[in-house]
Amino acid sequence: MSLLEPALLESIARFMTPLLLAALGGALCERAGVFNISLEGMMLTGAFFAVTGSFFTGTWVGGLALSLVAGAISGCVFWWFSVRRGGDDIVVSIGLNILAVGLSVTLLRVVFDTRGQFDDPAIDAIPSIIIPVLSRLPYLGNVLSGQSLLFGFALFLAFAIQFLLYRHRFGLHLRAAGDNAAALQSVGVSATRVQLLALAGCGMLCALAGAQLSLSNVTLFAEGMSAGRGWIAVVIVLMCAGRPLYIMPAALFFGTVDAAGFRFQASGMPQQLTDSLPYVLAIVVLALSQLVKRKRSSFR
Amino acid sequence: MKQRTASLGITLGVLLLVLAIPAVREVAWGFLDGALGGRNHFNLWSTMSRASVIVGMAMAVLVAFRAGLINLGGEGQLVLGGLTAAMIGIYVELPEGAPPALLALLALTAAMLVSGLWALFAGWLDRGLGIPLLVGSLLLNYPANQFASWLVSHPLRDVMSGVAQSHKIDAAARLPRFPGTIMDYGVFIVLLVVVLVIWFERNSVLGYRIRMHGYSSAFAKASGLPTTKLYYQSLFISGALAGLVGFIVVFGFSQRYIDGMLTAPLYAWTGVVAVLLASTVPWLVPVSATAFAILATGAGGMERVAGIPREVAQVIQGLVILWLAASSCSLHRDR
Repeated sequence: MSLLEPALLESIARFMTPLLLAALGGALCERAGVFNISLEGMMLTGAFFAVTGSFFTGTWVGGLALSLVAGAISGCVFWWFSVRRGGDDIVVSIGLNILAVGLSVTLLRVVFDTRGQFDDPAIDAIPSIIIPVLSRLPYLGNVLSGQSLLFGFALFLAFAIQFLLYRHRFGLHLRAAGDNAAALQSVGVSATRVQLLALAGCGMLCALAGAQLSLSNVTLFAEGMSAGRGWIAVVIVLMCAGRPLYIMPAALFFGTVDAAGFRFQASGMPQQLTDSLPYVLAIVVLALSQLVKRKRSSFR
Repeated sequence: MKQRTASLGITLGVLLLVLAIPAVREVAWGFLDGALGGRNHFNLWSTMSRASVIVGMAMAVLVAFRAGLINLGGEGQLVLGGLTAAMIGIYVELPEGAPPALLALLALTAAMLVSGLWALFAGWLDRGLGIPLLVGSLLLNYPANQFASWLVSHPLRDVMSGVAQSHKIDAAARLPRFPGTIMDYGVFIVLLVVVLVIWFERNSVLGYRIRMHGYSSAFAKASGLPTTKLYYQSLFISGALAGLVGFIVVFGFSQRYIDGMLTAPLYAWTGVVAVLLASTVPWLVPVSATAFAILATGAGGMERVAGIPREVAQVIQGLVILWLAASSCSLHRDR
């Protein structure tokens, strides 16, 4: 088995997209001074409502729309309890994560009357984009072309958020809210409002990440299908200190690990061991990044 | 004060009105019966065994939180403790003539040790490598769970049974049950833990120091306390308690390690929630933990009677935490 098989390369994009989207959302919060570790829950919520919307409207657009609304609402809920009512970010995150697990399973029973997972031919998947010229490239054809719509959108968003953070007035406000909220207040901009927008944006990005899981990688909703990816996204955010252009390669790395895990599994390694690979590597990579950070600060 | 009495009155009034609806009464009855009733009080016993697990996990979390350490690795520590206990219960052969209780004792010690060390590992990742404890301890859950799951579904699987589970532990060494019930003496161990932890918190020097570390680690350091040692000590105690709970489940209720039995009911998370609900006041923790056990089994009863999904219990848990967070319950953390 070679790591550079085309099939593997194709699947990397599939696995990195949710990580990239969720981590970008996390980055917004990180930079706005909100310690949001409920990416996992927001992702699960998004995955559930993407399937629900797609099933009832019969089109993936409806799925994405409902998912985005649900994501935005979960962001607003976070904002209400943490920023507005002054709750501890960690406690609110734990609450939101448990709520997402409970709500998705409960609604699965109430709305679809099943347990475990819901799949139905009526669920419309997100289409993949075929780029005519690129698809004929010999090796990279199926890597660049034929990926989910959200893959391209996620890459675009990484640059867009980079631009927003560093070249746009709102980004300046957002970073100021994180660095020194009082200074922002003193020039007449409401830090809590900026944080509301950051959290709503984060919720929507995580919802898209969930939609990629449930409407593109597969077309079904399974209980707990985010499977810890939200925590990997948290690790990516911490590692990159919320810088979008660093997040992209980090997401690529963990996407590759995920994809390689599946290949190892196909070659006979037990699923449990390959599944724990990303978490072990997350610890290693996080430790390395902290080491680098420490080295740097000792030079100053 | 007047306002509060008024709102209490209104709440009670609404509650009574709602209970007047027969369907609601039926659901409420299903809840109570599911939590506390059943044939021969079967449900009551299962609530009690669940409560003992949640209370135990809550005490483990409590020790860490009181020290200001956000140990979210309870799940992995619980799993590894249970796994260790099971392995010893199955594969260790005592010399001829040794009392079977010795095997249980050995398993208990080993489970506490392994889980404590796993917690220390998370602590080392924090102190030594700079990975925040909150994140590190949480990430360590995944390899621990997956390792246990792999072990009982491949190399050490009881192949005669259809599901992924280990063999049964030595029957002579298991915790005895109350006659005619499914509840075992593990409840006593948990009660002992509760009393010990509360006493430890209030009266012992170490408990006092850990608490001081929790309120302000900088102050503890300035007062000349060995903060690093306190950090690792409290983490080890927290992990070891989780391991003890794992032992109780394996040697009491299930008598083997079944894949997912410690993770699927979200024991560790419920423990965290219970501690938060009690706002880390030690003697309140067992009360709130028991309340969540009643909520979980009661929801099961509600499902049987009225078809309301039992996962509603988790929704309620989530909402409770959100509202708690808003009423300014905060963890003492130094970030």
